[in-house]
Amino acid sequence: MVKSAYSFLTKKEKIENHIIVVWVDNESGALARVIGLFSGRGYNIDSLTVAEVDRKKNISRITIATSGTPHVLQQIKLQLGKLVPVHKVADFPKNKKTILREMALLKVVSSKTNLKKAKKICKKYKYTILDKTEKSFILEISALKKEIDELVKKLQPLGLASTSRTGVLAMTKGSEIYKQN
Amino acid sequence: MANLFTGADILFKVLEDQGVEYIFGYPGGAVLPIYDELKNHKKIKHILVRHEQGAGHAAEGYARSSGKPGVLLVTSGPGATNAVTALTDAYMDSVPLVCITGQVPTHLIGTDAFQECDTTGITRPCTKHNWLVKDIKKLSSVLHQAFRVATTGRPGPVLVDIPKDIQFQKGKYTKLKEFKNSNNITNIKFNGMDKDIDKTIELIKKSSRPILYTGGGVINSGPRGTELLRELVSLTKFPITSTLQGLGAFPGSDQQFLGMLGMHGTYEANNAMHDCDLMINIGARFDDRITGKIDEFSPKSKKIHIDIDPSSINKNVKVDIALVGDVKFVLEKIILAIKKKNQNFENFNKKNIAAWWKQIENWRKKNSLGFKKSQSIIKPQFAVQRLYELTKAQDVFITTEVGQHQMWAAQHYKFDKPNRWMTSGGLGTMGYGLPAAIGVQVANPGKLVIDIAGEASVLMTMQEMSTAVQYNLPIKIFILNNQYMGMVRQWQELLHEKNYSESYTEALPDFVKLAEAYGCVGIRAEKPEELDKKIAQMLSINKPVIFDCVVDKMENCYPMIPSGKAHNQMLLGDKDEEEISEEGKVLV
Repeated sequence: MVKSAYSFLTKKEKIENHIIVVWVDNESGALARVIGLFSGRGYNIDSLTVAEVDRKKNISRITIATSGTPHVLQQIKLQLGKLVPVHKVADFPKNKKTILREMALLKVVSSKTNLKKAKKICKKYKYTILDKTEKSFILEISALKKEIDELVKKLQPLGLASTSRTGVLAMTKGSEIYKQN
Repeated sequence: MANLFTGADILFKVLEDQGVEYIFGYPGGAVLPIYDELKNHKKIKHILVRHEQGAGHAAEGYARSSGKPGVLLVTSGPGATNAVTALTDAYMDSVPLVCITGQVPTHLIGTDAFQECDTTGITRPCTKHNWLVKDIKKLSSVLHQAFRVATTGRPGPVLVDIPKDIQFQKGKYTKLKEFKNSNNITNIKFNGMDKDIDKTIELIKKSSRPILYTGGGVINSGPRGTELLRELVSLTKFPITSTLQGLGAFPGSDQQFLGMLGMHGTYEANNAMHDCDLMINIGARFDDRITGKIDEFSPKSKKIHIDIDPSSINKNVKVDIALVGDVKFVLEKIILAIKKKNQNFENFNKKNIAAWWKQIENWRKKNSLGFKKSQSIIKPQFAVQRLYELTKAQDVFITTEVGQHQMWAAQHYKFDKPNRWMTSGGLGTMGYGLPAAIGVQVANPGKLVIDIAGEASVLMTMQEMSTAVQYNLPIKIFILNNQYMGMVRQWQELLHEKNYSESYTEALPDFVKLAEAYGCVGIRAEKPEELDKKIAQMLSINKPVIFDCVVDKMENCYPMIPSGKAHNQMLLGDKDEEEISEEGKVLV
C-alpha cells in the first residue's frame, strides 16, 4: 500500500478541448512565463502558435490549443490573467462560431508515378505547390488539423519525406472582436 | 548632460523614493558597484546576513510585521539561488518582497561566466514577476514597477536582475509616476456586483449555523481590514475560526473565536466547519491542510468566498458567491448593507443562531487542546502556555520554524493583534523563524520578538545568530528540543508503523555553548518547575538568547485530522490511534 499521498482523485470530469488566446507584451520571457505556467501547474498544451500582431503597441498573440476539465480550463484562464505582461485572455469555443486554421509544408520525394498519385490525392484539399523537381515537390496546405492529419497519413506511403506544421490559429466569426474583459 | 546617475545610484534613489529604510543583503562580485554606492545613502541601512536565504526570510519577517515591502540585495549565481527558497516561501504566503540580484555583465550573459546563472529563469515560477534590466534607460521605471507589483493586489515577491555593467552605466533617473498598467488585476478594490452583496446579506440573515473562516488576506488588507472584520463579527455574533496565517486578525482570547481550524485545528472549529449551513471565507484559500478530504468538506453549507485573487475562486472548493476584491472594501460594503437594511439585526441574529452556539459550546467542552501534564518532564504544550502567560502583558511578536512546535505555538499562543505572528505556512520552510525574527526585530525595535523553534529547524539557519549579535537585535530563540524532527516522527508513529527512519538527531550541538560561541546568552530548562524562572531570566536579558527547552521526546501534536479524513473525523489523542483506517494511512 502507498503510504504517503496528499489525496486521491475521486471525481472524474469530462475533458474538453479549447483554444485559449492570449495577448501579451512582446518582451523577452513573456512566452516562457506562459509556457512555464502550463508545465508548472500540469496543464496540457496540444499546440502553440505565437507571433507579434501589433508592432506599434508591441503586442504578441499566443494561440494555445489545450485540453482539460472545465475546472482546469477556468483555472488556466484565471492564472494566465495574473501574469504581468498579459493584456487579455480569450477562450474560443471549438464550434461553428470560430474559424480554426493550421498550415503545413509537406515535401514528397518519390518516383514519378508516386508523385502523380500523391498530387491526385491532394486535389481534394486547397493547396499550393511551392517547389517542384523531377523527384520531389513541396506543397503548402492551410486547413483544419484533422484534414492535415488525414493528408499526412495518405502521403506517407507515397514518399512524404518532410513535414513542417504550425499550431492552430483561431478567430471568431462575424464583426465582433474580443474585448478586454 | 546634467543629472546623470550610475545604475547603482539610480537603485538607491528608487529605494529612497519608495521609503525603504532597511535592506537585507550579502555582497559579492556582481553587486560591488551597488555596495560601493551604499555609503552615499545614509537613510538606507544595510543588514548583513550570513546566508542569502536568511536575507530573504529576514525581509519576510520585516514585511509581515511592518506591512511594508521587504527588500533584499544579493549577488549573482549562488547569491540568487540561495534566495530562491525565501522567494518561494514569500510567494506561497503572499509576502511583498523586492529582491535585487546582481548579474554578470550583459556581454557575458549566456557564456557560463563565473557566478552566472539564469536568475530570471530560475525565479520565474516563484515570483509574481521578474525583470532582467539590460538597458540603463529602463532601470528606474522597472524598479518602481517592481515595488508596485510586489505590494498591490495579492502581494508577493518580485525580482530585478541587474547586470554589473548596467550598475556602472549612467542614465537619467525618473521619479515614481503612474505607468501604463497592463494588468488590471494588480489594482483590484472590489469589482463585484451589488446583487452579490445583497445575496450575501440574504444568506447571512437566513443562516442558523454560520461560520466565518478567515485567513492571511485579512491581515494583508491592512489595519482597516482587521477593524472591519472585528466589526462584522460583533455585528453578526457569528463564530469565527482562522487559518494559520490569519491568526491575530481577530483576538485569539475572544469568546467568539473558536481557535485555528484545519489539520491541527480545534475540535469545535473543525466540527463547526463541517456542520455549518453558511461558510464565509474571508481572505483564505481552501488549502489542503484546511479542507481535509475535499469531497466531504463542509457538505451542507452555502459558501461565500472573499479573495483578491480571482484564481483562488473555485480552485479547490466550489463556492456559491464569489466576491473578488480587497477584504477591506468588500467587508465595508457588507457591513454597510447590513446596517442600512436591517435594523435590530444583532438581536434578531442572536436568537437565530442560539442553538448553534449551544452546539459549539458542547464541542468546546471536549477541550481538544488538552494534554497530559507531567511533573517530571516539560511537555512542549506546557512550555508554550507558560511562555504565553509570562509574556502576554507585552506587545509580543512570534515567529516559528516548521513542525510540531509551530502547531503548538499556533494552538497555545493567543494573538490579539495582526502582524504579530510570522510563520511559514504554504511552503513550510524549516529555518524560517530565526532570520524572520531578525527582520521583525529590525522593523520593531524595543519590542519582544520570540522565535518558537524546533531544534532541527533552527539548525538550518542557525548562522544568522551572528547577524543578531552584530546588530544588537535581542531576539529570543525558544527551542522546544525533543531531538526528533517531531512532525516527521509523529507521522512515522501514526502512519508508518513506528519506523522512525532518520528522524532522530543522534548528535546535536550544546545550544548553551553554541549561544556563547555566537556571543549571545544560552539558557537551558529541563524540569517543569524551573521553566517559569528560566523564562523570566530570558526575558530580562537585553541580548539575543538561545533557550534550550528540553521537552518530552515522544509527545504528539493533537488534535489531528489525518489526511484524507473529513473535519468531523479528528483524532483527539493517543487513545484514538487505532481509529486510523488503512485508507487513512495512505494520505499525507
